[in-house]
Amino acid sequence: MSFSEIYLLWSESAALSAVIWSVIIMLLTYLAREPMHRMIEAVSSLAKSAFQQASESLMRAERRLAERNTEVLIAAGREASEHLIEREFERINKIVEADLAEYPTLHRKISDVITRIDEDYKQSSDVPPEAPGWNKAISAVAQIPTSKSDPMVGQILESIHSSLEKNHDKTLEEYRKSSRDRHMLLKNMLPSWRGMNSDLKQVDQNVNALMERSRVVDRQMEEYEKIINETDSAKKTLSSSSLTQFFVAGFVLAIAIGGAAINFNLIARPMQEMVGGSSVMMGFKTANIAALVIILVEVAMGLFLMESLRITRLFPVIGSMKDSMRVRMIWITFSILLILASVEAGLAYMREVLAQDDAALRASLINSAATAIGVSDRWITTAAQMGMGFILPFALVFVAIPLESFIHSSRTVLGISAAGTLRALAFSFSVFANASHYIGRMLTSIYDLFIFIPLWIETRIRGSNRSEKKKEKRGFNPLQTESMKEVS
Amino acid sequence: MKNILLTMVAAALVIGCSSEEGPHTKGVYMLLDTSGTYTEELVKAQHIINYTLAKLNPGDTFAVARVDTASFSEKDIVAKVTFDDRPSAANRQKRQFRESVDQFVKEVKPSSYTDITGGMLQAVEYLNEAGVGRKTVLIFSDLKEELKKGYVRDIPLQVGGYEVVALNVTKLRSDNIDPREYMDRLQMWEERVEAGEGTWRVINDMERLESVIID
Repeated sequence: MSFSEIYLLWSESAALSAVIWSVIIMLLTYLAREPMHRMIEAVSSLAKSAFQQASESLMRAERRLAERNTEVLIAAGREASEHLIEREFERINKIVEADLAEYPTLHRKISDVITRIDEDYKQSSDVPPEAPGWNKAISAVAQIPTSKSDPMVGQILESIHSSLEKNHDKTLEEYRKSSRDRHMLLKNMLPSWRGMNSDLKQVDQNVNALMERSRVVDRQMEEYEKIINETDSAKKTLSSSSLTQFFVAGFVLAIAIGGAAINFNLIARPMQEMVGGSSVMMGFKTANIAALVIILVEVAMGLFLMESLRITRLFPVIGSMKDSMRVRMIWITFSILLILASVEAGLAYMREVLAQDDAALRASLINSAATAIGVSDRWITTAAQMGMGFILPFALVFVAIPLESFIHSSRTVLGISAAGTLRALAFSFSVFANASHYIGRMLTSIYDLFIFIPLWIETRIRGSNRSEKKKEKRGFNPLQTESMKEVS
Repeated sequence: MKNILLTMVAAALVIGCSSEEGPHTKGVYMLLDTSGTYTEELVKAQHIINYTLAKLNPGDTFAVARVDTASFSEKDIVAKVTFDDRPSAANRQKRQFRESVDQFVKEVKPSSYTDITGGMLQAVEYLNEAGVGRKTVLIFSDLKEELKKGYVRDIPLQVGGYEVVALNVTKLRSDNIDPREYMDRLQMWEERVEAGEGTWRVINDMERLESVIID
């Protein structure tokens, strides 16, 4: 039975059939209304709860990840802070050892100077010349009542006067001499004063430097306490610091990769002379792979060198080695680097030789009239290439520093990114949960819209039934009142 | 120290375990038509040979052979070389190769017949034996085959994976009278090569030669 036959089952007229079928479908749909509503509601509830659960579990995962990120961040911050404080204490120790260790000597020096100054000071004190003891005797002689006209007395007085004058001059001369000596002593004291002043200034500077360091340590300790207490400000600071480190280290690593690429180009071509120009490994020229391996070995040696120097801390095994072993490792890695750098310089020279040979051959094959240009200046490019070949391996050594920062900060950055992704997913699932709820309600309404005629009829019938019941209730009430009255 | 040793061993393995010449190398076999007046065109052929030499890399194979009365012979190979792995040695070989070709061009004598099919068969045999990856046969000729009586050359060419390039296909006097001869000649060679599962190209403008020999 075809569709058209089923369609025209009730009537030959398509329009009438459409009406009949619509009525039938509408009736059937009306009859299936309750189970259909329940089904839509069940499906929407199922979807809503599934999405809600997914969202909640994602949020839980995001919280766990955030906690783990915080732990990592705090641990990294604590380690860095401890390292800084340790470094500050080392500096303070150096100041104390270098400057304050000499403090007893300085103290003794200053005490000696002070004693010397004190002695000089005592010696330079101004002692007034004593008046001669026989002045009183002269006064007594002068008070003897005698005639002024007595020449004897006059001579005696003249003699006394001249003696006094002489004595005065002599005393004055002695006083001047002693004053000159005192001044000389005071003059000799001046360098001692200046020396003591300079020593005291030095002490002051040392103490100030120590105070400054102690203030830095105080600040570091405050930061450390904040980190230990896991305060929000510490978390924010550490997080932003980690992001900054990530991008800065990434930028420096990109520069290093550029340097490595230049290095690769310097040695890839001459490597063909060593390992052959036609052999291929895994789809790549063996010469290229060998050049790459040399560069990677250089980077590895650089990492070990930095690790042995305790500049980076990527390999705890190297850091915890005995000092003698570590020093031996420094020399070994440095020697390997030096050999590789020399090899690279040689390869760079070889590259230039090959390039010249190629250029000459091409010129003779393709254009025999071509002339070599600037051959005399070739040594500049050769020297530049050799220099680059020698320096770049050592420059690559310093890749270890940004690499360490990049690895450490990438833990935090990746954690933050993952947490953000989880949060976004949780939000999406939450939106889907709400959407499924409202879609269920919308589908119910659309279903009811399709069967609005039977629903309208149902409402009308129910309305009339309700009004009849009300009427019945109204008709019964007076009777009930009357019976109530009778009872009362 | 363990890490250093491991890294060095890895480097040694990478350098030491490299495979020898593989199928990535190129092989070029060039046939030079030396019949009649076509020998005058050999100066152009010299330029093409020089250009090809400049473009080939260490490990590649190159051979130049003349097309004469009976070309299916090693004796017709003017110069052949498989370039050394080392670029400096390869450059020396290129210089020697050029000298051989220059000498040949100076001393060449025109042949009476043109056995292109024999040359093609020789080229296929040589390049198959060389075991190269990309195989190219350059035919520097007017493609007019003239066989000596008794020579059998209606043999299907087995040139699967080969690129056959006809270079400097000059128009003969008869072609100018009836261009269909020229077109039929080209058509015939194209059909023969494609029937042998090879690819066929014609390059008369030497500036387009770069597309044939790719680095």
